[in-house]
Amino acid sequence: MAFLDQLGILSVTPGAVVMWVISLTLIYLAISKQYEPLLLLPIGFGILIANLPLTGLMTPGEGLIWRFYHYGVEWEVIPPLIFLGLGAHTDFGPLLSQPRLIFLGAAAQGGVYVTFFAAHAFGFTLQESASIGIIGGADGPTAIFLAAQLAPHLLGACAVAAYSYMALVPIIQPPIMRLLTTKEERAIRMKKARKVGAREKLVFPIAATMVIVLLVPASAPLIAMFMLGNLFRESKVVDRLTDTAQNALMNIVTMFLGISVGATMSAATFLRTDVLFIFALGLVAFAVSTASGVLLAKLMNLFTADKINPLIGAAGVSAVPMAARVAHKMGAEANKKNYLLMFAMGPNLSGVIGTVIAAGIFLTMLQ
Amino acid sequence: MAEEVLAPLAGTVLSVAVTVGATVEEDDELLVLEAMKMETVIYAPSEGEVTAVLVKAGDQVEEDDPLATID
Repeated sequence: MAFLDQLGILSVTPGAVVMWVISLTLIYLAISKQYEPLLLLPIGFGILIANLPLTGLMTPGEGLIWRFYHYGVEWEVIPPLIFLGLGAHTDFGPLLSQPRLIFLGAAAQGGVYVTFFAAHAFGFTLQESASIGIIGGADGPTAIFLAAQLAPHLLGACAVAAYSYMALVPIIQPPIMRLLTTKEERAIRMKKARKVGAREKLVFPIAATMVIVLLVPASAPLIAMFMLGNLFRESKVVDRLTDTAQNALMNIVTMFLGISVGATMSAATFLRTDVLFIFALGLVAFAVSTASGVLLAKLMNLFTADKINPLIGAAGVSAVPMAARVAHKMGAEANKKNYLLMFAMGPNLSGVIGTVIAAGIFLTMLQ
Repeated sequence: MAEEVLAPLAGTVLSVAVTVGATVEEDDELLVLEAMKMETVIYAPSEGEVTAVLVKAGDQVEEDDPLATID
């Protein structure tokens, strides 16, 4: 009889079965539709195994996946390592070439703050609201970094919402961008901006780290690792390290991140009405961020002769490089000779930094 | 008056649609670049005859690299 008690299959709850369906749906979306497969595939699988009874995988202090989660996510090690890899991948040239585009990345954080207040109005605590709002930054590691500290019980839902909407950027953004711009504005060809020297690209990560961390020390874990990776890349003297940061390291931590985050989504933590609100608010965050980026670009055009194509404002929603691609495609639809991709990378990258700063500010005020 | 067609962004040449000697109208497709996993078509900036094609499929180009000349 004791043997029967150990049989997982007899301890399955209806909630667990629902989670199995969700898990298999995410796995399907990842593989068949290629929705952010690098994260959604391990997340989907993590959900599955966390909802198979009696495994002990998430038992605090003992479980295998608990250990990944505790040492990687709770200890805030993995998100900064992902940023190390992202920095090593990033070319800040497009942003340095037209520094005014920094403002578009900043404006596109509008959805983060609007959603923060909206979530709070719906009854979420300040810490929970910040974790939900940060979804609008379209930055997976930052959202995980923030939620793990402020609202770990919402981590799974926020992460899945963030990555799902990042995959859906080509569907979410265009209607909003079309609504807020005229065809003439979308057809604007932007003037080629100045060339950026290698020395500038070398000084940038060092200077940016100092400025940002002196102002918002709580953002240091993410910003410092991001800029270190960028410094590796731009120094051109540590190619082995750059290559490892870009490839092996990123891939390793992505695996552990995905499975850990997925495994936090047990039926008990996920099947609550809260989660429906999180998904709805996350969508609002994305939408408002898209709009605020586009609107600031239009505003800036009132004050400059060198017009900005407002579509690139939407790329401030820092799904890199998806949002930049979306801006480029819409620009090309309006004007065949429009090549917005590199211009759109400016707000795209400054949006990443903007989201990290927003997270740093939330941490400073709410921890 | 010869006009150089420059690469508007860095990427890889996927395909070239014209050969030397071809006549093109403005906005005809000249070649396709791939950048950030996205295909971008490069169109003729003016009408004329293609006097030089400087790249082939598989070439990596930087922003502002000359791709072709049109006379």
